[in-house]
Amino acid sequence: MLTIKNLHASAGGAEILKALDLEVKSGEVHAIMGPNGSGKSTLAHVLAGREGYDVTEGHVTFDGQNLLDLSVEERACAGLFLGFQYPVEIPGVANNYFLRASLNAIRKARGEEELDAMDFLGLLKKKAALVEMDPKFLTRPVNVGFSGGEKKRNEILQMAVLEPKLAVLDETDSGLDIDALRVVSKGIESLRSPEHSIVLITHYQRLLDYVVPDVVHVFAGGRIVQSGGKELAIELEKNGYAAFESAASA
Amino acid sequence: MSPALTRNDPWVERFTTLERTRSQEPAWLQSCRQTAIDRFAELGLPTTRHEAWKYTNVAAIAKETFALAPADAPVAAEDLESLRVPDLDAHEVVIVDGRFRSDLAPASSTALPDGVVVGSLASALTNGDLESWLEQHPDREDLAFAALNTAFFQDGVFIRVPKNVVLDRPVHVQHWRTADDRALLATPRLVVVAESGSQLELIETYGGSGESQLTDAVSEIFVGANASVQHVKLQVESSRAWHVAAILARLERDARYASHSISLGAAIARNDIRVRFEAEGGDTTLNGLFFATGEQLVDHHTVVDHRVPHCTSRELYKGILDERGHGVFDGKVWVREQAQKTDSSQTNRNLILSRDAIIDTKPQLEIYADDVRCAHGATIGQLDADALYYLRSRGIAEAKARSLLMRGFATDVLTAIASEPLRAALERRLLERLPGALDLEGDQ
Ligand SMILES: Nc1ncnc2c1ncn2[C@@H]1O[C@H](COP(=O)(O)OP(=O)(O)OP(=O)(O)O)[C@@H](O)[C@H]1O
Ligand SMILES: [Mg+2]
Repeated sequence: MLTIKNLHASAGGAEILKALDLEVKSGEVHAIMGPNGSGKSTLAHVLAGREGYDVTEGHVTFDGQNLLDLSVEERACAGLFLGFQYPVEIPGVANNYFLRASLNAIRKARGEEELDAMDFLGLLKKKAALVEMDPKFLTRPVNVGFSGGEKKRNEILQMAVLEPKLAVLDETDSGLDIDALRVVSKGIESLRSPEHSIVLITHYQRLLDYVVPDVVHVFAGGRIVQSGGKELAIELEKNGYAAFESAASA
Repeated sequence: MSPALTRNDPWVERFTTLERTRSQEPAWLQSCRQTAIDRFAELGLPTTRHEAWKYTNVAAIAKETFALAPADAPVAAEDLESLRVPDLDAHEVVIVDGRFRSDLAPASSTALPDGVVVGSLASALTNGDLESWLEQHPDREDLAFAALNTAFFQDGVFIRVPKNVVLDRPVHVQHWRTADDRALLATPRLVVVAESGSQLELIETYGGSGESQLTDAVSEIFVGANASVQHVKLQVESSRAWHVAAILARLERDARYASHSISLGAAIARNDIRVRFEAEGGDTTLNGLFFATGEQLVDHHTVVDHRVPHCTSRELYKGILDERGHGVFDGKVWVREQAQKTDSSQTNRNLILSRDAIIDTKPQLEIYADDVRCAHGATIGQLDADALYYLRSRGIAEAKARSLLMRGFATDVLTAIASEPLRAALERRLLERLPGALDLEGDQ
């Protein structure tokens, strides 16, 4: 599904990703854990195609295509979804309108028919119920005045509606109370299937109790320094990253 | 005053000629007009040397020789139809070139509650209703165009809502300017009296075709104790016409006045909007949305005068400037020494879509009281890059994402307008003009 080889990327003149390798197969759930400022979000944005990052070396293949050749919207249409660590507020654009525009753009790219307002509404209601989102958030402007938790829930709602091939969820579990975490996990689990892959960027092992990963990676100094099973997350929670950070800088 | 200027000014000369034909007007009105033309002679048409006209050059207007627009100009039915708001149940009146035209009023303009007046200003002048309402806003001395209106206006609309009467339908005043080979001046005058405890929704639409036509409008609005006036003004005149207007509101105790100024048309559009709190507990909202493209210039000067304690003002103006469009916003909030507990905010946000577009913005707070809550600010920017990225990351193509953001930027000013059909009509007017926005229409 996703193959990253020797990826180097810099922003504002500083190299942030350094010789990163990662392979995510179809149907797998990967967790990436690492200290603040190690470059996890940078990886997410480089995958999504955000401006301001220079890829200086390396390759990224997504579903057989050279991902780095595609524009931001083309990547989304190809089936990549980024759950933002800090979802953006968009005044004046209604959440439901935005989601329909988004879904229809992606459906069109897949060669599927666009959904009319009625059909879309039916789908949206179902997905909103899945993430237990109050319908009043659907007609409000995207993320405007949403609490931190509501914004994260809204990211998961978008993911559930768009059903991407690969979802990269950047700290979608941060700042959630336990009820919200349970709901968000349920949303993530609902995407889980042999056709869909998920990358969870997280600081907290707690999420991984609900969404049990196939692989856990330790991310430090702009690359993956160790990979293992879910017990690696438990060890990280207990002992921290100190050992890995020295490994990364070595 | 310079006597030389008085003699040479074509407007003053025209006034003198006209004076002879006005002998049947009541004495109080003749004296109003004389005071006004004297003031105009003193002020002259503004130039960019005047602080309040620094960015708005009206040399093109000054160069033109205008005749007064005649009465009874023929007007096409579809032109008038274009001013109406689809699906809006309103009491509609039609003003053509500044004259009240009962002959053109749509069928909707019947049956008003007892005592409510919505009629020709000219007839109100003769039956004595107006003396205590016309030219009563103290803060108008510097407005040359308003003085010109007072000197020359022939007609307009008089609206009176009696005590405790709540109008359940809005009053929609539809102004049309006809095309003419000559440069013509129209001087519509509105006088609105909402007596205590009453409620009025007022919509004004200014449209027109033709070149070199000047509309010089004055609206005087009196909001009585605990009364409410919601005022929406849409200006969509021809991009080769000139539109200058003053809206002068006075608010009594606990009165509410909201002004929404949507300015999309005219080569030069200038609005002076002034709200004066006469007694405690008043509340005003001044919202504006302007778009200038091509060579258009749109200028809003607002004044909110907190001269008594416990009044609230909220102001939000948004501008979108494209091509060589030029926007001007100047918002003054006075908080006088005695105006304790004033709560005031003022914001002007502007979106610049082209390199050549210009915005001059100047929010100004003058505070002389110490126990107040005031905030003001202005922003000038391009589309939010993070928002654009977010939309694109969801598969939405860049061009469409831009249009969405533009529409989003603009329309949140409109959400304060309660009437759904009106809001939809305003939105459509805007989308017709915004680059690339039209294919979003009907989508929401
Ligand atoms: N556009 C940019 N320009 C300059 N520096 C950047 C840019 N983006 C990220 N950085 C820097 O790169 C480093 C990695 O940032 P990144 O946000 O990827 O970390 P992270 O691992 O996601 O951290 P956290 O766990 O706190 O979210 C930081 O030092 C950050 O300041
Ligand atoms: Mg991060």
